[in-house]
Amino acid sequence: MSVSDGRISRLRVTVTVIIALILAVLPLPHWLDVARPYLLLLLVIYWSLSAPRIAGLMFGWLCGMAIDVLKGTTLGQHALDFLLVSFLTHKFQLRMRIFPLSQQTLTVLLLLLLYEFVVFWTDGIIGYPVTTWTRWIPVFTSALLWPIVVAILDTWNRRNR
Amino acid sequence: MVTLSSDSRPIIGRGPPLGAGLFFLGVVSVVVMVLDHRGGYLDTARLWMSAAANPIYAVVQTPYQLWNWMTGSFADRSHLRTENAQLTEQLRVARTQLLRFEALNEENRRLREIREASKGLSERTLIAEIIQVSVQPYRHMVVINKGADDGVFRGQPVLDAFGVVGQVMLVGKSTATLILITDSEHAVPVQVNRNGIRSIAMGTGEKTAKLSLPYMTVESDVQRGDLLVSSGLDDIFPAGYPVATVTKVERNPTDTFALVEAKPLAQLDRDREVLLLWTDKPKVPAPEEEAIEAAKK
Repeated sequence: MSVSDGRISRLRVTVTVIIALILAVLPLPHWLDVARPYLLLLLVIYWSLSAPRIAGLMFGWLCGMAIDVLKGTTLGQHALDFLLVSFLTHKFQLRMRIFPLSQQTLTVLLLLLLYEFVVFWTDGIIGYPVTTWTRWIPVFTSALLWPIVVAILDTWNRRNR
Repeated sequence: MVTLSSDSRPIIGRGPPLGAGLFFLGVVSVVVMVLDHRGGYLDTARLWMSAAANPIYAVVQTPYQLWNWMTGSFADRSHLRTENAQLTEQLRVARTQLLRFEALNEENRRLREIREASKGLSERTLIAEIIQVSVQPYRHMVVINKGADDGVFRGQPVLDAFGVVGQVMLVGKSTATLILITDSEHAVPVQVNRNGIRSIAMGTGEKTAKLSLPYMTVESDVQRGDLLVSSGLDDIFPAGYPVATVTKVERNPTDTFALVEAKPLAQLDRDREVLLLWTDKPKVPAPEEEAIEAAKK
């Protein structure tokens, strides 16, 4: 906890990431599995906004790599996509931080749509395209989860400073 | 903390600008993707990185193992007795079949030795447990608890008690990822057991376990209920293992190919344990090698 960004410690970021990784591989029935939100990606956006000194581009990249290893996809695929989202969040962070929550959720939805599109695109290049419309469901469930993630983590950060 | 630039990191020790970071890591990602996808150059790296994933798998697994242990230890007596009786009965039936099998196997070996083609006879197996983790929702893949440390290799055939399950796709230190025969990117060369017609059974990737045989001509002699066995032509699955039974044959005289569907015999959605198979590949030089050697002389 030596390095801190204001009041957020590195330990706190690591704990949330580990929880998100566990939830990413938790076995679920098929209909829920299809709608499983990208919790780790939401965390990357959240920490990039609230702790940009800890959660830099490298952080987003490593999170994507972890997803690649856990999910057995081509190494680097999700790393690239996480990196892109992380970069855009850093680029627009000052604007996004002062947005009201509704507008912030819409921005996150746009980022998630871009993410899913790039995953879809790289899937196609690699040669395992999934063309059903259901692949876009997680984008919307993730966007719906954003206000909840923000509420929980903001409360936590305010309480133990 | 309000700054004018969009980069709010401290000015001292800020590191390279964001764009440079994006470019550098982006190039690294693309290089890694190409290396991993095109050549499989990163198998060793994946081996070690997946070892780091083991604790996460373990955490996800714990509730299931706890539940299994609890149902196992609190199962009532009568249930265990009936199960025991059933298993004894099954063992008796299997034993009697095995008696015949031993004799047939010996005869087969002798005949094959005469023909000098003892293909895939010495085999070694290892039981692996399926880890209850979810990988990609649209792929038919599972993770097992045996990896490179146990000698698992890429492309290794995997069976269960009823038929062919799939093959090993990614190998980790102590885990491996299997691709099931029902995955849309998987195909297994098969033979109709009744008459030896060869074809290819492709996975459909659908939720219900189903295979399709797109290269059966309208005239080909295949019926509902036919057993499909692996033909061994891919050098991955040894010949003669049951794969599926034909469930649907539709012949439209105007088409070239019949619509043939089959149901895998392996219990892909219910398996807890699978069997990893090692076969000794026969040392038969390929015709091209022979030609090259002949050319050298």
